[in-house]
Amino acid sequence: MSIQTLQKKVSWQGLFALLVYGFMYLPILVLGVYSFNKSRYGAIWEGFSLRWYRRLFQDERLFAALGDSLKIALVAVSVSAVLGTLMAIGLSKYRFRGRSLYLGISYLPLIVPDIAIAVSTLVFLASVAIPLSIWTAIAAHMVFCLAYIAVVVSSRLSGLDPNLEEAALDLGATPTQALVKILLPQLMPAIISGCLLAFVLSLDDLLISSFTTGGGANPLPIEIFSRIRTGVKPDMNALSVLLILSSGLLAAIAEYLRCKGSNQAIKG
Amino acid sequence: MSRSAVTDSRPQSQQVKGSGSLLRWRLTRLIGPSVLLGPAGLWLLLLLVVPVLLILRISLVPGLRPEQAITNYGLDNYLQILQPTYLRVLLRSVTFASGTTALCLVVGFPVAYWLALIAPKRWRNLLLVVFILPLWTSSLLRTYAWITLLRTSGVINLVLSSLGLPEQNLMNTTGAVLVGMTYSFLPYMVLILYASLEKLDLRLLEAAADLGASPNVAFWKVTVPQTLPGIAAGGLLVFVTSLGDFVVPTLLGGPSSMTISRLIYNQFLGVSRNWGFGSALSIVLISAVSIAIALLLKYGDRNPDGFS
Repeated sequence: MSIQTLQKKVSWQGLFALLVYGFMYLPILVLGVYSFNKSRYGAIWEGFSLRWYRRLFQDERLFAALGDSLKIALVAVSVSAVLGTLMAIGLSKYRFRGRSLYLGISYLPLIVPDIAIAVSTLVFLASVAIPLSIWTAIAAHMVFCLAYIAVVVSSRLSGLDPNLEEAALDLGATPTQALVKILLPQLMPAIISGCLLAFVLSLDDLLISSFTTGGGANPLPIEIFSRIRTGVKPDMNALSVLLILSSGLLAAIAEYLRCKGSNQAIKG
Repeated sequence: MSRSAVTDSRPQSQQVKGSGSLLRWRLTRLIGPSVLLGPAGLWLLLLLVVPVLLILRISLVPGLRPEQAITNYGLDNYLQILQPTYLRVLLRSVTFASGTTALCLVVGFPVAYWLALIAPKRWRNLLLVVFILPLWTSSLLRTYAWITLLRTSGVINLVLSSLGLPEQNLMNTTGAVLVGMTYSFLPYMVLILYASLEKLDLRLLEAAADLGASPNVAFWKVTVPQTLPGIAAGGLLVFVTSLGDFVVPTLLGGPSSMTISRLIYNQFLGVSRNWGFGSALSIVLISAVSIAIALLLKYGDRNPDGFS
């Protein structure tokens, strides 16, 4: 019996996969449809309306929250891009005593549950008497942002040709020149897609922000959480649609970069 | 990074150079590692390692409240976790996490199998991207979408009543939490299983078929053992993520679905304000996650790679 007949026998999986795709997109579709529903309560369709979008754009509190979130994410991600990339390069370059400990610590933010990170950071900040503000939130976000960026950059580093950098050094480039002119251009797609990942995670974070912003800032997830906790709000449907569209765009960019990066890796 | 701790990673030939470049090389040996590894390491140390050690200490202070001085140490917080009320919370968290893991595996495996082995080759990448796309959107709003579907006057009940069926109470149930968590974490599972199935050596399946194995036998004796590392990694990731999840149990589970992360949250931002107890719970959660990962690292490496 050949693979073809084997595949024919298990093609129920195609149908099943279709169902699961439906399961993944049904809730999003429902939100999309109801964001245009005139009705405030209930699931009954009462006609097309843009009132929830209009209301959303007049919602200054929500815009302020979005501003806080973007500020936290942008600052945390840009600093983490530098620190995380340097860390990934350092870990691939040097073998030293305690390297595995360092490596283990660099994976911790990916492993330790958010709630535990959030709680520990709060306790730490309280113990050194640093008042909570948007800056403490940025500092806390940097912890996981730099870890994720380092992981993405590391995986790209392991696929690179080390001879290129050594050739540059042999030809008289300083280590800094070799880093900036040889290594960084090759790492750029990975750095950017790592940054996008960190950016999305930072914008999505509820727990760490809840514990580290205090009254100093009100990031979007905290604002959304406090609103949807008490039930269905039609303007949140409209917000979902807008956020999903914009993150879809981000995902498309990230995937494009990832594909471009892996094509380059194959060529190199 | 101390200088002596840095061993040389460069070829011998580069070390035998003029004294000027040797000096420069020595300086680089010092500066390089500290510039590259110093800032991030310091940041992680200061804002992750020290804080975790701090809550480990606080967890040993019975019933510590915020802004209270530490006077005595003891295991009271950990003993408090052993009370039936809190043991039930732990048990519920583990049940949610294992239920979600099982569901993700059962639902995710056929999807990953189809994506990796059956779907048209040129569409595979795109189909995979479309499947994991929801991960890029707000997890809060994805869970919120399920409130729209499940609530008493929600979409599912609307459909049910229009079919003449009785309305169901779907919100604030274990089922709602399991569906919500599976929905949230299924893309991770499919992503990992896909990576594992993609590497599957199809010749092995052909060989099994040639030797008279039915597709069913070939699946259980070849495909599953070959993808076991992926199954283990995906299962672990989903288990660990759902064990610490806060959003889904809070939004879809209601007051009866108290989990360990919600309990921790309440000790710090809720009414309880018992930092000692909350820290002890956090340490238990971190330990549970670490043990799960250590087990995977220990036994997960015994994959049948030598087979292929």
